[in-house]
Amino acid sequence: MTPTPATAAPSADFTPSPEQIALLREKARFVRLETIRLIEIAKVGHYSSVFSCAEIFSSLYYDVMRLREGEPQWADRDRFLMGKGHAAVGLFPILAEKGFIPKASLDDYTRLGSPLGDHPDMTKVPGIDFSSGSIGHAMSAGAGMALGGRMQGKDFAVFAMVGDGEMQEGQVWEAALFAAHHKLSRLIGIVDRNGYQLDGKVDDVIGVESLAEKWRAFGWETHEVDGHDLGALTALLRRLRADTTRDRPACVIAKTIKGRGVSYMETEPGWHLGYLAPADAEAAVAEIMNKDI
Amino acid sequence: MSKLLSTESWQYRALNAITPGLNYFSDALIELAEQGHPVVAGSADLQYSNGLNKFATRFPERFTQFGISEQNMVTAAAGLATTGYMPFVATFASFLGLLCCEQIRMDVAYSKLPVRLVGHHTGISLGFYGTSHHATEDISTTRAIAGLTVISPADGPQFAAAIKASVHWPEPIYFRIGRGREPEVYEKGTPFVIGKAIEHGQGTDLTLIACGMAVKGALDAAQALRAAGHSVGVLDMATIKPLDREAVLKAAARSKLLVTVEEHNVLGGLGAAVAEVLADEGTGARLVRHGIHDEYSLIAPPTHLYAHYRLDGPGIEAVARAALAGGTTDSVRSGAAA
Repeated sequence: MTPTPATAAPSADFTPSPEQIALLREKARFVRLETIRLIEIAKVGHYSSVFSCAEIFSSLYYDVMRLREGEPQWADRDRFLMGKGHAAVGLFPILAEKGFIPKASLDDYTRLGSPLGDHPDMTKVPGIDFSSGSIGHAMSAGAGMALGGRMQGKDFAVFAMVGDGEMQEGQVWEAALFAAHHKLSRLIGIVDRNGYQLDGKVDDVIGVESLAEKWRAFGWETHEVDGHDLGALTALLRRLRADTTRDRPACVIAKTIKGRGVSYMETEPGWHLGYLAPADAEAAVAEIMNKDI
Repeated sequence: MSKLLSTESWQYRALNAITPGLNYFSDALIELAEQGHPVVAGSADLQYSNGLNKFATRFPERFTQFGISEQNMVTAAAGLATTGYMPFVATFASFLGLLCCEQIRMDVAYSKLPVRLVGHHTGISLGFYGTSHHATEDISTTRAIAGLTVISPADGPQFAAAIKASVHWPEPIYFRIGRGREPEVYEKGTPFVIGKAIEHGQGTDLTLIACGMAVKGALDAAQALRAAGHSVGVLDMATIKPLDREAVLKAAARSKLLVTVEEHNVLGGLGAAVAEVLADEGTGARLVRHGIHDEYSLIAPPTHLYAHYRLDGPGIEAVARAALAGGTTDSVRSGAAA
């Protein structure tokens, strides 16, 4: 992992090399496969919520974020929060690869006494920068971290990934106003715009468009990107992390497909929560192995 | 040229000058900051109401204005605490203890972060501002949150002492304070120990167990009752959680009657906390829970409300006399002689 220098000029070329993109693609594949493996232990889980943000996880943890392997509490590390905590099953395997938690602990995912549950818990899991589970808090907590970093003269970045259904929570917009007002430029929000929530299409449940215009109107430097295009996504996140001239927080609307990677999940919103019996899990694994995203 | 105003006039931003009791909060934080403690503060558009404007002027880089976004303030304070600070965030108790309940539980208490939540103008101290601004449920809500300490100081000096005592306290804390105009019970500098009840005399007839602004009334009532020949003790139960169970049990063993007094609903508050101890230990002591009886307060100036709800000295005395006379529950509540 190459740490990204915070001093790079915004005009520099942030495009990852083909080799790096290939590595990130393999890591996103690893996230999907591990998600299937771990949910088999729990017998229920949020496959498709992870699959929409697998490339975001991969890009952040294997490229963009400044981390030290084996040092989850390093004071200068970049922070990651997720409002959509139910995607934690896809993050835990990454934390194990980073040396933050024992790899063997994954095998007891959700079993009695395990630190690893459906939602990430900072008091139990080293490497989880903030607990979540109640939708709508992550942007506020991230703003507090960015504020604390600035008070201490530190340059770490805070990435807060939130769901698009989460945009329905009022507290998100309190945080949006707050972070813009206080010019918390080290806060970078990422909206996983996969279009679905539990009860259906976000835009049928309570519509949130025009999302980019909303974030811009709240004073955030806002970008839209294909959340599965590892080249474009990584280049954008690298640039936003490196940009020290920005005087405001940044928001990335990552357009994604819920369930991406397993064809029938991509067209069925019910897969927000579910279980793949072993034979179906095997087929899903085969599809993931045979298809590049 | 501005019109010369009468000395009777006042404006909001001069509140500290009119109400010096508001300064205890800032003064304590300033002292801690000057000693090098990582204290920071935040307020939700009420810095003149809680007196944090003084701290904000002295340490502007350590003060954050959150605007009218209380939930964001609580969660952001938790995020701030993860970077090594001890944030004190304040707003009206009605908003902090009720509106922000879930943020307190999830982001502060469950996450074990050293955030200090200051709910001010608690109880019915906002008088005629009405029910939206009253907090007669905040002890119940905060007390039920695991890992959260709950402290209800009697006055400004005790609040300041509790802030200083909190520096090395590992848990997050909810401070439940008044409006800065409480008659002072304690001298400035009186030390405070979190979790220890403060005994003001012992009595075999009665122990009054009070918290917050009711402590002053309880002391006044005790004085009057003693003058009438009763043996009366008072416990200031400033720390509601963790409750000083030992002090409660000693009082139950010593006194024929216990009366709890709180500016709060008797359901879930101090009286309930004491009742739980008595029931747990099977003491069978007679307990009268005095406070707001599961209703919303009337509109009136605060001191009028305190008289109406018998939370001032004469009111507490009347309730205690009725209880000592063995009156029925209703007659005790109304302070009528048996």
